[in-house]
Amino acid sequence: MKAAVIVFPGSNCDRDLAVAFRKAGFEVAMVWHKDSGLPQGTDIVAIPGGFSFGDYLRCGAIAGRSPVMTGVAAHVARGGYALGICNGFQVLCETGLLPGALMRNAGLKFICKPQALRVETGESAFTQDYAAGQEVTVPLAHHDGNYVIDPEGLAALTAEDRIAFRYLRNPNGSVDDIAGILSANRRVLGMMPHPERAIDPAHGGADGWPMFTGLCTALVAA
Amino acid sequence: MRATVTVMLKQGVLDPQGEAVRHALGALGFEGVEGVRQGKVIELDLSEGTTEETVTEMCEKLLANTVIESYRIEMG
Repeated sequence: MKAAVIVFPGSNCDRDLAVAFRKAGFEVAMVWHKDSGLPQGTDIVAIPGGFSFGDYLRCGAIAGRSPVMTGVAAHVARGGYALGICNGFQVLCETGLLPGALMRNAGLKFICKPQALRVETGESAFTQDYAAGQEVTVPLAHHDGNYVIDPEGLAALTAEDRIAFRYLRNPNGSVDDIAGILSANRRVLGMMPHPERAIDPAHGGADGWPMFTGLCTALVAA
Repeated sequence: MRATVTVMLKQGVLDPQGEAVRHALGALGFEGVEGVRQGKVIELDLSEGTTEETVTEMCEKLLANTVIESYRIEMG
């Protein structure tokens, strides 16, 4: 099983994500944003949190147009798996690989705290090791996590069971308390909270760990 | 030649920063500010002959996120 973690100038959760994937049994390649493609045999590509290109213009805007994203889009078009966390979620929305956009938090403040979430669906490789309806606590660290989507888009996400996580006590103004969403084929997940920062009891909680075990199970079987 | 691109949040998209500015103006005693919307202005220095069509393409591909933002181009 091969995971590729994309590194942009300003990424700062890339190593945490690599540690989580390695712990779950993945072989991990770090891929620089100027590379034109992903390593041969990549099963899942992960876009980490951070402040790619200093959040200039808009969060994720410049990263979303970097050379490596052509390879990421091709991987997704082939039915490959992709995970975007925090800035990674912003990048996936900027490239159109996930619908909607992430705006400045409604309260305007940077939020950095453990956040209670509800897992809304177990029907994906990312969430199959959680129970639907399970409440978990995962760290949050962002300034622009206020998810917006038009009413038609929201209706489609809801009808297709593509809302993966919702906030309990909405911290940032996200529409319908959305914390994470899936693509139509359920193989691309974007979320603002950081499961890779909660993979060991020493982190203060390991509620993010089932995401990596679930991916491991799904990709071994694939 | 120069093009000036103004990027604003679309009507209907709540602008938390604009709202904060509106509140701050009220706190300073300015009455009658019924709404504030905050956007950005991007000035492009372009080679002669660059068309507005090309600038539109720049807006669509990078300068604006058309999911939430609209843009206006002024050439010259």
